[in-house]
Amino acid sequence: MKEYWQNIKTTTKTLSEGLKVTFKHIKDARGSREALYTDDDNYFERQNGIFTTQYPKEVLPVPHHGRYKLHNEIDDCIVCDKCAKVCPVNCIDIEPVRSVGEFGKTSDGTSKRIYAAKFDIDMAKCCFCGLCTVVCPTECLTMTDEYDFSTDNIADHNFEFGEMTPLEILEKRKELEEFNKQKEAAKAAKITSAGAAKPQMKPRVAPGSAASTAGSAKPVFRPKVPVKRASTDAESGAAKPKPVMRPKVVVKKKEAAAESQEASSNPRPVIKPKVPMKPKVPASRNEGEESSEGQRPKAVRPKIPIKPKVPTPEKPEEKEDTGAQKPKAVRPKVPMRPKIPTPKPDNPDPDSNESAE
Amino acid sequence: MYAFLFFLNFLLIYTVFAVYAERKISAFIQDRYGPMEVGYYGLLQTIADLLKLVQKEDIVPFQSDRKIFKPAPIIIFVAVFAGFAVLPLTSGFAGSAIDAGLFYLLAIVSLDVMGILLAGWGSNSKYALFGAMRSIAQIISYEIPLTLSVVCVVLVAQSLNLQEIVYQQGIWINEVDAEAVNYLFGIKALGIETTEIGGILTWNILRAPIFLFAWLVFFIASLAECNRAPFDIPEAESELVAGFHVEYSGFRWAMIMLAEYGMMLLVAFLGAILFLGGWNTPLPNFGTVALADWTSGEPGTLAGNLWGAFWLISKALLTVGVQIWIRWTYPRLRLDQLMNLSWKYLTPAAILLVLLSALWRMLMI
Repeated sequence: MKEYWQNIKTTTKTLSEGLKVTFKHIKDARGSREALYTDDDNYFERQNGIFTTQYPKEVLPVPHHGRYKLHNEIDDCIVCDKCAKVCPVNCIDIEPVRSVGEFGKTSDGTSKRIYAAKFDIDMAKCCFCGLCTVVCPTECLTMTDEYDFSTDNIADHNFEFGEMTPLEILEKRKELEEFNKQKEAAKAAKITSAGAAKPQMKPRVAPGSAASTAGSAKPVFRPKVPVKRASTDAESGAAKPKPVMRPKVVVKKKEAAAESQEASSNPRPVIKPKVPMKPKVPASRNEGEESSEGQRPKAVRPKIPIKPKVPTPEKPEEKEDTGAQKPKAVRPKVPMRPKIPTPKPDNPDPDSNESAE
Repeated sequence: MYAFLFFLNFLLIYTVFAVYAERKISAFIQDRYGPMEVGYYGLLQTIADLLKLVQKEDIVPFQSDRKIFKPAPIIIFVAVFAGFAVLPLTSGFAGSAIDAGLFYLLAIVSLDVMGILLAGWGSNSKYALFGAMRSIAQIISYEIPLTLSVVCVVLVAQSLNLQEIVYQQGIWINEVDAEAVNYLFGIKALGIETTEIGGILTWNILRAPIFLFAWLVFFIASLAECNRAPFDIPEAESELVAGFHVEYSGFRWAMIMLAEYGMMLLVAFLGAILFLGGWNTPLPNFGTVALADWTSGEPGTLAGNLWGAFWLISKALLTVGVQIWIRWTYPRLRLDQLMNLSWKYLTPAAILLVLLSALWRMLMI
């Protein structure tokens, strides 16, 4: 019987307590929480009142660079392709068109040598890992604070950042083609005198590049660049970036300057990708040099005055590769070096592409 | 006839805004906004819902018993709506002034159970049947304390006529019985006459203070009668989907919901009439400050009708608000707890109150 009265007592007490609690909430519903971000001093001030936000009308602040929608500042993009490479889900689709020469500078002073005929980011595929923004050397690729881009057509999730018109792309392609033709014609003219043909060179390049740069797809670039060198340089250069750069400085003042700036401003991860590019500058001559180095140690050295600065390890590697692969073809090319000075401006581009790859 | 037209329209309009109020109050209790999009502050949300409901297909399950299934919502609604017939809305406005009004009301409202059973049985669905069974077990159990608490009032009022019960609770008591006298707390020995003071002092809950408890029993039992939380196990969304009306859709479902909200309003009206003074004003006369006179017109006049309707509807809607508040505060009772509360607590308390009411009546004369 005692329990019976006790039950009534506790029931009355708890029920009235419950009514008080809910009535307090009804009363507090006159006010609502402000849209504050977590770093606001008053973030914890308001613990009562309506807690929901009427989303499209009210929006809670988010970090300016949260992991939301990707944005590419195409004016600052050097189309290095690193973002596309690092992307675990292949949501970035880039179609580069090399320019004949440097056609501009990014806001941080990096030379732009490749046009982005297509720079598509498919946010429907994106896993929002942010890796692409980390590898971006010019920091043009960022994640913005925009997260509301849902549509009823999944195709609308593909964001195009390339700004070139089809006509422009066509133009640039033609320019490049013509330029390549000229170059080849020039080469052919010289080669005929020495008697070596390109076809022989390609095979060499392919195996080397495949071995050195662990399996990334570079169908477009392979033919042009003797990639090996770049990669080997990169490997050796990764440890000591500066020595590698110096040689360039000597060779090309413009690029070297730009690169050195970047290198100094950016931390290591950024440098590494670039490093490969610098070696390329020398690499532009590669075709000639490789062959010359590998095959005629003596003849090359005179030119090498530049190279001595290049980390010594390079030489043996290069020699091994080149020596093993093209003993015969190389010699004829030697004559080409004199020509090289002219192609220089162009060559760096292809190199940079390849190195990026 | 006027009462029919008035109550039908009133019920429809009230339901629209009761649903809105329910959603808003529940939202505020849970720190949400509730409906905000349709109309200013979401005011037209329920109308939009109604339009949607009316357009929906009237689905009758293939295996259901069509002859039972289809009229069940109508029976439920009619049973509830018929209860409004005897409510004295004002001193001069009531559907029917029958002397056995209270008895009729309790009887006709019990038919509600039959409609629920038909709906649950005819649906040929286990959830619907479970819901119907629980509903019947619950409503029949709670009808006992409900009726007993009403009997308390009948004992004191000496009448089953609702209009007369209301008259007794205000300054117009002498309109029905020229010699009747109200005393403070119904105790003649105190010698404080409240006949002319009126107001809240002559409401049944103060006319016989034990009616406070009777009103509590009545209120709890009436919640169970409407199948509302915390006594909503017949509908129990989380276990029975929607209980006895799980198979209904479109307009039939709307009628069941209408009946549910109508039932809420009906018991709120009944509670107000029996315990809270009906259409009488809550403000008492203080000497020359005749608040009661000022806030209630002479019976039969236009002012009397308007004041009366205002006070009674205010009281009823306030009670509905409390019902909603309670629904969103308390969790649902388990079936055994439900029976426990009814048979072990409310029923004995109601029986005791009936006894005390009889004794209190002795004090009043």
